[in-house]
Amino acid sequence: METIVFSLLNGVIYGLLLFMLSSGLTLIFSMMGVLNFAHASFYMLGAYFAYSIAGVTNFWIALILAPVLVGLVGAAVEKWGLRSVHANGHVAELLFTFGLAYLIDEVVKIIWGRNAVDYRVPELLDFPMFELFGAQYPAYRVFILLVSVGMLAALWFILNRTRAGLIIQAALTHPHMVGHLGHNVPRIFMSVFGAGCALAGLAGVIGGNYLVTDPAMAVQMGPIVFVVVVVGGLGSLTGAFLAAMLLGLMQTFAVGIDASFADIFGWLGLSATSELGGITIASLAPMIPFLMLVLILMVRPRGLMGDREL
Amino acid sequence: MQSNSVQSYEHLAPSRAVKIRQRFVPFVVMAVVLLLIPFFDPSRTMYSLTAAMGINIVFALSYNMLLGRGGLLSFGHAVYFGLGGYAALHAMNAIDAGNSAFWSNYPVFMLPVVGFAIGALAGAVIGWPSCKRSGVPFAMISLGVAELVAAAGYMFGSIFGGEMGVTGDRMVGPQAFGLSMGPVEDVYWFIAFWTFVGTLGIYAFTRTPLGKMSEATRDNPERVQFVGYDPNRVRYLVFIFAGAFAGLAGGMSAVNYEIFTPESLSLVPSGLVLLMAYIGGIRYFTGPIMGAILLTYMQSMLSDYSEAWLLYLGLLFIAIVMYAPGGVAGMVFGLLEIFRHGGAREMLIRRVQQAVGVALAFTGLVILIEVAVRWSNGYGEVFEPFGLHLGIDTPLSWILILGFFGAGFVTLRLARNNEEGHA
Amino acid sequence: MSTPALSIKGLKKNFGPAEIICGVDLDLEPGERHAIIGPNGAGKSTLFNLISGLYHPTEGSVKLKGEEITGLPPHVINRMGLSRSFQVSNIFANMTVRENVRCGVLYSLGHGYSFWRNVGNLREVQQKTGEVLERVGLLDKAHLPAALLPYADQRTLEIAITIAGGADVVLLDEPTAGMSHSETDRAVALIEQATAGKTLIIVEHDMGVVFNLADRISVLVYGQIIATGTPEEIRGDPRVREAYLGDEDEQQVLAGGAQ
Repeated sequence: METIVFSLLNGVIYGLLLFMLSSGLTLIFSMMGVLNFAHASFYMLGAYFAYSIAGVTNFWIALILAPVLVGLVGAAVEKWGLRSVHANGHVAELLFTFGLAYLIDEVVKIIWGRNAVDYRVPELLDFPMFELFGAQYPAYRVFILLVSVGMLAALWFILNRTRAGLIIQAALTHPHMVGHLGHNVPRIFMSVFGAGCALAGLAGVIGGNYLVTDPAMAVQMGPIVFVVVVVGGLGSLTGAFLAAMLLGLMQTFAVGIDASFADIFGWLGLSATSELGGITIASLAPMIPFLMLVLILMVRPRGLMGDREL
Repeated sequence: MQSNSVQSYEHLAPSRAVKIRQRFVPFVVMAVVLLLIPFFDPSRTMYSLTAAMGINIVFALSYNMLLGRGGLLSFGHAVYFGLGGYAALHAMNAIDAGNSAFWSNYPVFMLPVVGFAIGALAGAVIGWPSCKRSGVPFAMISLGVAELVAAAGYMFGSIFGGEMGVTGDRMVGPQAFGLSMGPVEDVYWFIAFWTFVGTLGIYAFTRTPLGKMSEATRDNPERVQFVGYDPNRVRYLVFIFAGAFAGLAGGMSAVNYEIFTPESLSLVPSGLVLLMAYIGGIRYFTGPIMGAILLTYMQSMLSDYSEAWLLYLGLLFIAIVMYAPGGVAGMVFGLLEIFRHGGAREMLIRRVQQAVGVALAFTGLVILIEVAVRWSNGYGEVFEPFGLHLGIDTPLSWILILGFFGAGFVTLRLARNNEEGHA
Repeated sequence: MSTPALSIKGLKKNFGPAEIICGVDLDLEPGERHAIIGPNGAGKSTLFNLISGLYHPTEGSVKLKGEEITGLPPHVINRMGLSRSFQVSNIFANMTVRENVRCGVLYSLGHGYSFWRNVGNLREVQQKTGEVLERVGLLDKAHLPAALLPYADQRTLEIAITIAGGADVVLLDEPTAGMSHSETDRAVALIEQATAGKTLIIVEHDMGVVFNLADRISVLVYGQIIATGTPEEIRGDPRVREAYLGDEDEQQVLAGGAQ
């Protein structure tokens, strides 16, 4: 029972973080067709920016400022980089962002070093919120939950209740039509790209101290973000949300399961001492996203909620 | 219209002279270069560098069968390189063990054949689901498969040797061509032979009906269906061959390094081979060769000299994607074209102007990066080119950086204005 | 009566709630030249896509020389002897003209997916490619990159690729669209000559071309064939006149033949 409740809570938090990280990419990918390889790099930038800003001022200023800075970097990348590659097609764009990911990785290593930085949970939130089954539950996780839900609500409000949001929604499903309606498409692209990166940056700010802030965090998260977007489906934030939750819960639960293949398939004669039998479900957890990715692309190429095929 | 029924259309094919110049001479040159290298008495370092280049040339060419010739962007090509390499290493150990008549009579020299076969097999198995899709979905599937295979690599220690990998000894079994495979010179002949065979094989593939239809499928998959071809089938077969030649390169690597680790299956080498092919130029057959030589050189030389070599690599890649999609080969052939067509003096001047501008700005960038890297290390080390002392707090550093940037920018502007003036 | 070269029965296609093709029946005799005319949006191109396998029909069947081809993928249908051209030039832009035609020839000469032969050494392929190029008059442009051809020549190349495989049922989708008068005349001569002895279905807007070329004509309106007959019968058919009402040019053509 304890494990289930804790896994559930942690899974939801991980899922929310994943969604915050992926929602920007879903917007970018659906509207512009750019599968941004560097998206997780912006997540990393968010964490590092927050670390530096928090070092000079405090966490709360970093919480506001870091995502804004990341968003500006993103907008600049779109304006002076991506836009000129656009004419050469989606593969060229994909390659551009692929190179950009390399670049950001290296720059981060030069500025902040190769090892993890000591980016800490703010003292104000560094206390156990409540006790559950005799174990303490940190307040910061609850804070992550609140920020994520707040972001979710804000995103929903912007997309459904503002003019800009309606244009974006139209562009999600019919990217070509928006230009015909007389909107400044390059500017919309730049803003969406910037906003998407800012969301990834925000995920970095609140996720960086919850997980680890090191130069490998982009490489670790990058492919998983793709999985969320692809599994969720093109043009669907709801799909991305479901996929992120599903992934978050599945991975967290899998980590909590100690059973090995031998325990499960023992009745088939699989011995616990054999190599295959010794593999535990927990050790398979990192593979789950990629299994999902391959299966979804083969079985249901439009993803869970997508309105068109990739 | 005429109705002379037995007319010959031989003249439509390229003339003998053209064929010899374009198809025969380059391979003769390659063979001669490969044969001559040992006569310059290279150092051990040079030998190991050429070996790495040879392996990467075949690997990058095999990758380009997918990206350049087939229009398939893969993020997991190292899977086939790695599986081929592992197979070759296990075969090497089987030769060593000498338990079976087949393996104890198998020369190490021929191990790339094992890599080729296993690469093809892996391509056939993994390609079956992957090649049902093309474009971005294909790229994503290749990424997922690469992650899965790499994860499996760490999981099954008996096959992949865990973190430590699998090692072997190449000086076992019967000798072929009197090569003991011990000294670097022997290994050189092995690498040279298979580099040549791999390159020739991949080139020959481009000349076959399947190779031609692969290009047609890349350009227009819809039309291909209406001349009787199934585009997925074409892609699948090309994928198998690309896997096979990657496995061949893996086999070369297995003999050269005598070790393979699960790392070799991962996204990192897959990304590197993508960079090699693209920087070299995916539209040209020779592009990946140039890219492989350049990147291998950078990797071994620059990584000794500067820790930031990956940063330079990223910059180079982005610059190519943005400004020269033809890659290095595109630039080389573009220049040759200018020289060939006389009266292009202005064009040439503009190119030189651009090159100078890029060089100036790049110098500024190099100073910035080198100064920053040393500052970042925090060992108190300082960048000292040509006896200058460039620290992070020396004004001279920043004057030079801004100066070079400014000069480069102005030169590029001038070149562009000239271009617009002429256009 | 011989087996029809192409036999369409009760063919229907829905896109979501929209019925684009609603019950088409059509039989083509071997060697017949059949034109399909109709106003824009009548479903002519959809009909072609259904016959050639690009779309799957919602209902109905298509038979090629007596064999069921409904639901088969395009490349299989093509190998059974049906070939088609496209309304927008659909060529291999990065290849030369000769290579384009060679792509059309390879499969029919049994070189499918072969990876053990050098295309340069395939005599038959060279010969056939040369013949096709000569037949369509592109011999002197054989070495040009296809993308650099003038528009009319690209259309010709489109036809060349279509007939290169030697299919005996040929579907041409607006082969003269966008051509000038003289170019159109040349194209018609080319089509007549290149499809001699073959069964031809052509979708065309230029009534001059249609009445010159076709043995029989079908009029497709809103996804249904409202009339099929010889050019004379079609010209006199009141329903056809009604369908074309308002389009004076075509009214004239229908009334008095080509100008």
